[in-house]
Amino acid sequence: MNLHADPAAFAEPDDGIAKGAVLLEIRNISLAFGGVKALTDISFNVRKGEIRAIIGPNGAGKTSMLNVVNGFYTPQKGSITFRGRERRAMKPHHAVGQGIARTFQNVALFKGMSTLDNIMAGRSVMMKRNILWQMIWHGPALKEEIAHREVVEEIIDFLEIQHIRHTPVGKLPYGLQKRVELGRALAMEPSLLLLDEPMAGMNLEEKEDMSRFILDVNQQRGTTIALIEHDMGVVMDLSDRVVVLDYGKIIADGAPDQVKNDQGVIDAYLGVPH
Amino acid sequence: MDILNTIFVQPFADMAAAPDFLLQVIWEGLVGGVLYALIALGFVLIYKSSRIFNFAQGIMVVFAALTLVGLYEMGIPALLAVPLTLAVMFALAVVVERVVLRPLVNQPDIILFMATIGITLFLVGLGETIFGGENKVMITAELGIPTGSIMLEPFGGFVSIEERDLTAVVGAGVLVASLLVFLNRTKIGRAIRALGDDHQAALSIGISLSTIWVIVWFIAGIIALVTGIAWGARAGVSFALEVIAYKALPVLMLGGLESVTGAIVGGLAIGVLEKLFEVYWGQPLLGGNTEAWFAYVLALIVLLFRPQGLFGERIIERV
Ligand SMILES: Nc1ncnc2c1ncn2[C@@H]1O[C@H](COP(=O)(O)OP(=O)(O)OP(=O)(O)O)[C@@H](O)[C@H]1O
Ligand SMILES: [Mg+2]
Repeated sequence: MNLHADPAAFAEPDDGIAKGAVLLEIRNISLAFGGVKALTDISFNVRKGEIRAIIGPNGAGKTSMLNVVNGFYTPQKGSITFRGRERRAMKPHHAVGQGIARTFQNVALFKGMSTLDNIMAGRSVMMKRNILWQMIWHGPALKEEIAHREVVEEIIDFLEIQHIRHTPVGKLPYGLQKRVELGRALAMEPSLLLLDEPMAGMNLEEKEDMSRFILDVNQQRGTTIALIEHDMGVVMDLSDRVVVLDYGKIIADGAPDQVKNDQGVIDAYLGVPH
Repeated sequence: MDILNTIFVQPFADMAAAPDFLLQVIWEGLVGGVLYALIALGFVLIYKSSRIFNFAQGIMVVFAALTLVGLYEMGIPALLAVPLTLAVMFALAVVVERVVLRPLVNQPDIILFMATIGITLFLVGLGETIFGGENKVMITAELGIPTGSIMLEPFGGFVSIEERDLTAVVGAGVLVASLLVFLNRTKIGRAIRALGDDHQAALSIGISLSTIWVIVWFIAGIIALVTGIAWGARAGVSFALEVIAYKALPVLMLGGLESVTGAIVGGLAIGVLEKLFEVYWGQPLLGGNTEAWFAYVLALIVLLFRPQGLFGERIIERV
């Protein structure tokens, strides 16, 4: 792991997958909560280096899908192959260990901590010094912390949030909170970044900023992104491929233009009964 | 008039007249207070990291003390019995996480609370089966805890300090201090606090729930053992020890379920106040034995004015 702040640290995440090859393969996933079928027989993939949008009406199962990918939910059926490793179920910390980071539909931040500390928390998985060391001697731990700090500072510059570096995030407006949350996920230097409605509740200007950050992350750092978004304009601009869910089922999968003109998709969004 | 005098004047006159005795009373209160604080800390750690109100904390005190004395009676040297007991408490933490908590992840809080009642009943049964139900004597001297007493002579009077109480206070103090360092200065400590702050966020940055749960339950086990030794040295080892853990409830009501500072300050305050009340008001006015209920009444009164407790975060209802 390169801990130095030179831009090379943000070159393609080293996940052993070639650009354009399948990074995440989802096969026949079904998930139910009691009688509620959140996902039914879902199969699609995400290719290394792309921005993959997941769209669909409210309650379609988009968030549930992300929750399955990062181990929050355990599906009853199906399998997931990430970076060539197939598995049925795993825990969130295993997902993190394999390079999956995410943000949430309803911002999940450490409210009492500052922007800096929140983003720093994203580095915690990478801090190696064990407790005993930290208790006995702060030296090496401190050195490691400084190296992490440099990476974090660079993310802060990138997201243009220097001015709120020391503000407790609970006091920030919603739009900035979303940005800090993205920062924390970036600090994990993920190979797959899951974004659940990163622009919800934002005004036009904030949306444009966020779109730019997402594109930059994708293009400059080579991070693969799965993105849930309701704003069709944003989806069309950002994504390489779109998968459409409705009532827990896939109703379309393809390039943005193709999906936009699909009659099934139009019906789902207009609420045509089926 | 007389009654007002007994309530508002006489106690303070007594305190001023015999300051050495006042010191003695405060000391006695402090001894109990440190232990309340310690147990409350155990509750707070588990609650912060898992939203579980651990009903089993009390029985863990009994179970730890029973195991220690039981092992000694089986012929294991006292100083070896301590690490062995800790190993048993660690095994308990692992089993609780595997068998009880893990399968119940994402269940409503009340289910998890009920599960800790289940753990309590299980430990009662297990303790009785292995070590028998009769009372035991804590192996105080065998553990190297001094049993004499120290005489101090402040204000020209006398204060007598039992050495085993002093050991308890120092031991508990060291444990509390280590816990604070652990929480604030270590990676795992920060992970525990992160979980308390935002569960989802903590999981998403790779904090392992299972690991943290084993650790906090093990800490609760260590606390149980220290409390069990300290209290067992004064009152013997029996299932009645469980009661002292429930003194942590008013401490938590006062201090707030999530506040480490609250647990410490609340514990000490309740220990001292209940002793002072007993000696200066309880015995002359109410015939004594007020320690059984004083803490609860005090907590209720405080809650009337500050529902979030003295140190809890403000509760703002979402509307
Ligand atoms: N933890 C849960 N327990 C019970 N039901 C759930 C849970 N999570 C999701 N569901 C149900 O699964 C279905 C899909 O929900 P999900 O949140 O995945 O939809 P979504 O597409 O993200 O919707 P939105 O656009 O509103 O965010 C819904 O019917 C929801 O009620
Ligand atoms: Mg959603």
